[in-house]
Amino acid sequence: MDCEDYQSPVDKYLKTADSDWYKQRITGVMICVMVAFTVLLLRLLYLQIVMGEDYLVLSLNNRIRLQSIDPPRGLIYDRNNQVLVENRPSFDVTITLKDARPVKKTISKLADYLDVPSEEILQKLSSSKGISAYKPILLQQDIGRNALAAIEAHKYDLPGIAINVKLLRHYLNVKDAAHLIGYLSEINATELAGGKYPGRRGGDFIGKFGAEKAFEKYLQGARGGRQVEVNANGRVVRVLKTVEAKPGQNIHLTIDHDLQKKTELLLQGVAGAAVAMDPGSGRVLALASSPSFDQNYFASGMSHEQWDSLKSNPFRPMENKAIQGEYPPGSTYKIITALAGLEEGVIDASTEFFCPGYHRFGNRIYRCWKGGGHGNVDIIKAVAQSCDVYFYQVGQLLGVDRLAWYAKASGLGSRTGINLGKEGRGLIPTAAWKKKRTGIPWQRGETLSVAIGQGFNLATPLQMVDLTSAIANGGTRYKPIILDSITTADGRIVYQSEPQVIGKVPLSAPNLELVRRGLWEVVNGDKGTAKGSRLADIEISGKTGTSQVISRKKNDTRSEAARPAHLRPHAWFIAYAPSVAPEIAVAVLVEHGEHGSSAAAPIAAELIKTFLRAGRSIDRAAKGQDRVVQAGESG
Amino acid sequence: MFDRRLLQYFDWGLLGLATLIGCSGLLILYSAVTAETPAPQMRIFYKQLIWFSGALVAMVITFSFNYKLLDRWGQIIYIGCIILLVWVLLFGKSAGGSRRWLALGPISVQPSELAKIAIMIALARYYSKDAHIRGFTLRELFRPAILIFIPFILILKQPDLGTAGLLLLIAGSMTVFVKIERRSFIYLLVSAAAVVPMVWFFLRDYQKRRILVFLDPDLDPLGAGYHIIQSKIAIGSGMISGKGFLKGTQNALSFLPEEHTDFIFSVLAEEWGFVGSVIVVLLFLMLIFWGLNIAQGCREPFGTILVVGVTSMFFWQVIINIGMTMGLMPVVGVPLPFVSYGGSSVLTTAIGIGLLMNVSMRRFLLK
Repeated sequence: MDCEDYQSPVDKYLKTADSDWYKQRITGVMICVMVAFTVLLLRLLYLQIVMGEDYLVLSLNNRIRLQSIDPPRGLIYDRNNQVLVENRPSFDVTITLKDARPVKKTISKLADYLDVPSEEILQKLSSSKGISAYKPILLQQDIGRNALAAIEAHKYDLPGIAINVKLLRHYLNVKDAAHLIGYLSEINATELAGGKYPGRRGGDFIGKFGAEKAFEKYLQGARGGRQVEVNANGRVVRVLKTVEAKPGQNIHLTIDHDLQKKTELLLQGVAGAAVAMDPGSGRVLALASSPSFDQNYFASGMSHEQWDSLKSNPFRPMENKAIQGEYPPGSTYKIITALAGLEEGVIDASTEFFCPGYHRFGNRIYRCWKGGGHGNVDIIKAVAQSCDVYFYQVGQLLGVDRLAWYAKASGLGSRTGINLGKEGRGLIPTAAWKKKRTGIPWQRGETLSVAIGQGFNLATPLQMVDLTSAIANGGTRYKPIILDSITTADGRIVYQSEPQVIGKVPLSAPNLELVRRGLWEVVNGDKGTAKGSRLADIEISGKTGTSQVISRKKNDTRSEAARPAHLRPHAWFIAYAPSVAPEIAVAVLVEHGEHGSSAAAPIAAELIKTFLRAGRSIDRAAKGQDRVVQAGESG
Repeated sequence: MFDRRLLQYFDWGLLGLATLIGCSGLLILYSAVTAETPAPQMRIFYKQLIWFSGALVAMVITFSFNYKLLDRWGQIIYIGCIILLVWVLLFGKSAGGSRRWLALGPISVQPSELAKIAIMIALARYYSKDAHIRGFTLRELFRPAILIFIPFILILKQPDLGTAGLLLLIAGSMTVFVKIERRSFIYLLVSAAAVVPMVWFFLRDYQKRRILVFLDPDLDPLGAGYHIIQSKIAIGSGMISGKGFLKGTQNALSFLPEEHTDFIFSVLAEEWGFVGSVIVVLLFLMLIFWGLNIAQGCREPFGTILVVGVTSMFFWQVIINIGMTMGLMPVVGVPLPFVSYGGSSVLTTAIGIGLLMNVSMRRFLLK
């Protein structure tokens, strides 16, 4: 080894790479290059000379074409395996110009069979100028049975005309759960360019709203296709290769279709929203927003008038009021004020305030909704009769920021995270928030308004039902979920959703029990604000709310019914039932419904009755064991 | 200070060859863009013309200074290039799922293209210092390996598999050219055989698929397989004399994918037939031999190795691009020099030609 390291000067000279050595190496490189280029030239020779004739024939009419096979989109079911959304065949007429000669004659014949003026068809053709003569152009979608039979019978008279069977989305129950299920619509240029929809092309339909959008990934499946050889007339003579389309997966929602239907029915004629939830898991049992819309319009393409009437409707049918609508929570917010007061120790079970029907703060008078006053009230009576004066006092003792802390800890003011787009956040005001937002410091009197759910407070019906569920189940806040499971086209379960805990309402067991007693009295007490909605066989606990749209002017002596509709207060009712071991929680909001007790509570009671009497809860009897225990512990 | 001998030794032949390739490239591109559906994309053609004039400037700059200065600047060029590559990963324009472009006002360039030049200079610097007829040992190859892998990884991250692979091929060709010591070479081969299966796991699904589809195009009859078939039909149907300029049917009906970039050779072969294709392939072969000839004539190692690097770049791009359109190579995005549309590629090719000229015209100054 040593001798190898030693190099004499001559040795070193001989072993250094000099230009002669490099020349030698380059000669080697030249040989490699020659070999590679010879391969290229031989390949050219083979393709162009040996196989040239064959390829020329293939290229003449462009004999090798691609046909795509659309995958059937996954179906959507409710929790009891009822089909809510399916696909139905639509027969579409297309023309391939290259094969349709003479075009004029073919089209006039076709127009006869379709029973439309041939000018209309020609117009469609001229609007698709520039499209390759080899590509089929869509002439008419979803033709009727008679036209289909006529075209099929005369297909040899109609060169270049083809019938394509396409699957069209079909929403079985018109207007039911439209906001939750959503709809499909044609992919637009921005979405195509955005890269979020790989494998999609112009003309494809994608989920644009609701569950159709949220679960697009699972529902869509994968496109397949065929490589075919066609003859000079464009008819397929041979299928060369086929890649089967992969059908989309089926989505099973958590909603109960019967309950959903009932909800839609009850909300008919009013603007508002209702949400029902399983308090033990956060599964959404029904979610409706009124007025609703017909999703089939979107699936089969709607006219301008239809779209305009949806857009300009003053009751905003396209808005999902259950998750996007932000309303002052009104008296339903007193639950928060009560629990904050109890937990902070500013009140306890024995604290009583005297309600003369108003509360003087500084030089202002804050009224109780009951002009004559409630007399002496404790916490249970205050909740049951919704005594404003009691909660003015509690709010005053707490201050706005302590109150806000409890509201936020209970999930208000932030999104629940439901898997539907554009959820509203709501709003829980703090002193710092107001200073930042308006520049004006917090006025202590505003705390009184906030304590009864007026003022700046905003909440969505979904947030309120989630809070109600937490009160019902002993304090656990679940993320609202709408997806129960995903199955493959052949029925294999690939995903099963699990409840997700997102927080805990900050309540000790005795305090929770006090609030729950108050909520029970709301419906079941002699003077409860919702005693009219009492059911004979099911005990309901709940809270009414009537939220002012604008603060009542002192000199406005008109009764609420006499005021213009858009100034009337919103009606709320939140409830759970049965009062012991609850199985359903609901939140109902009726826009400008005036009184929670008269406009919202009956709807809630009807929903609870429908759900519990139908015995829908049976399947949860086994699963729900732990929840019963939980409720028992906290009670 | 201007040395008149520079003009005397100017490589007019190389300039002529490059001009011929460039002109045929523009003609083919013209044909490809006029046939674009639904409307001719003349903008692409004009943009390419502007790039060509920019490329001319770049070429003149590249041969106007003595290339031996690059020996001194090599480090700065390399580091500048790495900074650009990091920059593009952080702030680059993304298109089609990868970040490759840096926007400089109205134009955008791919730093990965320039990285090819930078790595050639860096390797030529290193190898020219210690070349030895025994070849480089593994330990001596450690530093160049680091030099190669930094830009390689950065380009792979964009992700731009084609350019990253090309970088490896160029660097590998230069390394094999300066010779690897026999035992080290065997070690390298063995460890490469061990590493390749591991790399397989790091490839994205679509990249794995491409390699599998290359081995068996039938695996993707609707995508790459279909493109290869259509490309082969286009090339084959050109037969001996071709369908004539602007008369290609495969091209006209947009049955060819990426017809003005990756698959532009298919347009050429369809319209100009075997005769035209062979002429263009031979032009490229002449360019490569011209380069190797310059390398042989250069009397000092830095110039020789640099020229071999540039020539290997042309070689690999031609072989991979044309091979791909004929179904001999995987479907990867490697441009055909001076023919495929793309500013950065034209610029890099011009700089490469400029380097060849630079070395060629100064070969006698060393005496």
